[in-house]
Amino acid sequence: MGELLAVLAGALRISTPYTLAALGGALSERSGVVNIALEAGLLMGALAHAVVAHASGSPWLGLLAAMAAGVAVMALHAALCLHARANHIIVAVGLNLLAVGTGRFALKALYNSAANGPRVDGFETTWWHAVQELPVAGTVAGTPLVLVAILLVPAVAFLVDRTVLGLRIRAVGQHPAAAETQGVNVLRVRWAALLLCGLLCGLGGAYLAADQHQFTQGMSAGRGFIAVSAVVFGQWRPARVWVGCLLFGLLESLQISLQSSSVGIPGQLVQMLPYAMTLVVLALAASRANAPRALGQPWPAGR
Amino acid sequence: MRPALLVLAAFPVVFPSAGCKKDAAPPPAAAAAPAAPAGPSVGLVFDVGGRGDKSFNDAADRGLTRAHKELAARVEVVEPGEGVDREAALRQLAARKLDLVIGVGFLFTDDINRMAADFPQQKFACVDYTVTPGKPIPPNVLALKFKEEEGSFLVGALAALLSKGNKLGFVGGMEIPLIHKFRAGYTAGARHVRPDAEVLVTFAGVTGEAFANPGKGKELALSLYGKGVDIIYHAAGSTGLGVFEAARAQKKLAIGVDSDQWAEAPGVVLTSMVKQVDVAVFDAVKAVQDGTFKGGVRELDLKGGGVDYIYDEHNKALIPDDVRAKVEALRAEIVAGRIAVPNQ
Repeated sequence: MGELLAVLAGALRISTPYTLAALGGALSERSGVVNIALEAGLLMGALAHAVVAHASGSPWLGLLAAMAAGVAVMALHAALCLHARANHIIVAVGLNLLAVGTGRFALKALYNSAANGPRVDGFETTWWHAVQELPVAGTVAGTPLVLVAILLVPAVAFLVDRTVLGLRIRAVGQHPAAAETQGVNVLRVRWAALLLCGLLCGLGGAYLAADQHQFTQGMSAGRGFIAVSAVVFGQWRPARVWVGCLLFGLLESLQISLQSSSVGIPGQLVQMLPYAMTLVVLALAASRANAPRALGQPWPAGR
Repeated sequence: MRPALLVLAAFPVVFPSAGCKKDAAPPPAAAAAPAAPAGPSVGLVFDVGGRGDKSFNDAADRGLTRAHKELAARVEVVEPGEGVDREAALRQLAARKLDLVIGVGFLFTDDINRMAADFPQQKFACVDYTVTPGKPIPPNVLALKFKEEEGSFLVGALAALLSKGNKLGFVGGMEIPLIHKFRAGYTAGARHVRPDAEVLVTFAGVTGEAFANPGKGKELALSLYGKGVDIIYHAAGSTGLGVFEAARAQKKLAIGVDSDQWAEAPGVVLTSMVKQVDVAVFDAVKAVQDGTFKGGVRELDLKGGGVDYIYDEHNKALIPDDVRAKVEALRAEIVAGRIAVPNQ
């Protein structure tokens, strides 16, 4: 029983950065902008959190900085895709590479290391300490972001399904021309979706750095790409995307627990589990049938 | 001296160090003026994890720093990214005809073999070089190897003697024979003093990235602590920093590796199994300066102080005297050859 709880708590922690990035990815793609730059958003968010939390001593300021960094990454994405009309995939690949380089550069310039930054105070130095001491919740409450991620799922779902902005995001992702005839500024809505995406990715990155009390080079370690898979798995619907993130988190957590159990499966096979399952799940569950119709198309069309 | 190294480090390839002429006769180290250092020129390429990992790479950095200080060695370092960068970095350094080019980490084995063939006049050293049976080491390569299993045996015994239960944990980085040496020694040491000891073994992955994923290290360690383990030994580069995070959060103990890692989590790091990578690097540079450099394998063991565990004023309070005495007795037995420590 205790072991099961531990696996579930681990799944929740592991899925937190997936969830934050994937919710952002869903918003971006619902507006018609393909987004595989979630990895860059996570990494820059982590860097900004660690740098600002270290310099100011406040993890909360670090949180703000992380959001700003995520927004900056996605603003670049928006400028290049929406105005320079560049291919969304190419732009994202460039941003992901830029993020890796920026991380190394910043570490070198600030701390004379290409790999690791200094230790930063986490949320335990603030009033959040009281929450961490709680018996069961404490195991997943190392940072407030686990909780924030869960609360953001209904919030983003509400935004997409029940608000004017959400309606417009969906409209410009499905049929931008039709939306424009209704007086919707397509580019402005896509900008809004991307900036919100950046905000969410930044939070995801802050989780990584805060949980580790440190920024280390490449610490996003492909989590942004798992989030991209979760977006497709969840058919661009926030709640289902979250289920995908939880599933990936659960597989990883299970893998970790199985390694040290006496089940007698070869270690390599166990370590393969999350990746193999990701492929199987995507093959079975995913189709692009429900993808936003204008996904990846520039606007205005045909220039 | 640090600022000098710093500047060199920031521009590893672009700016050759001042006065870096191969034909300049090196004056005795003692006579070297700070303005015109003229010891051997050494290029070093770091492993995944890079400088600042407070572990393996930092140990190599210390050796190089000492060579710079004591031998007036002119040093250049490169911290490569993934994959092919390693070879490119080695090639750039080798092409500049430095006196010695060092690769830090087993990942350099194949790259160094290739470079040694391409630059037969260039001297190379490789820390943790993987010797393939039946495949000779190039004559211009010095393979610096360690008997990690011997040091690991001692920390395994120490952990088993101090554990409140009978469960110990191990977190490895990438699953490779080198890391299994740590695992094998640790397990053997624990079982030697406590035959019923159970060592739960986990690895962070099967690629080089597994040495640089602290988030994964933390989850692995939390899982082990959750299963009743109270001491975890890591051999996982900066992934191990995550193990310390978990130990802090759970108020349990962890054992560091390669360098003394006490400062990473004071009070939580029981001890560290140290590899004298710094000594190995320094000695290699000194051999070049003395003209005694020879290719082949140099294995540093417990007997020669190449591997050891930390016991000092920091962690003394965590290790009772009788436990310390038992571990020291085991050391004597290993050194005397009465205990054969397995490495697989």
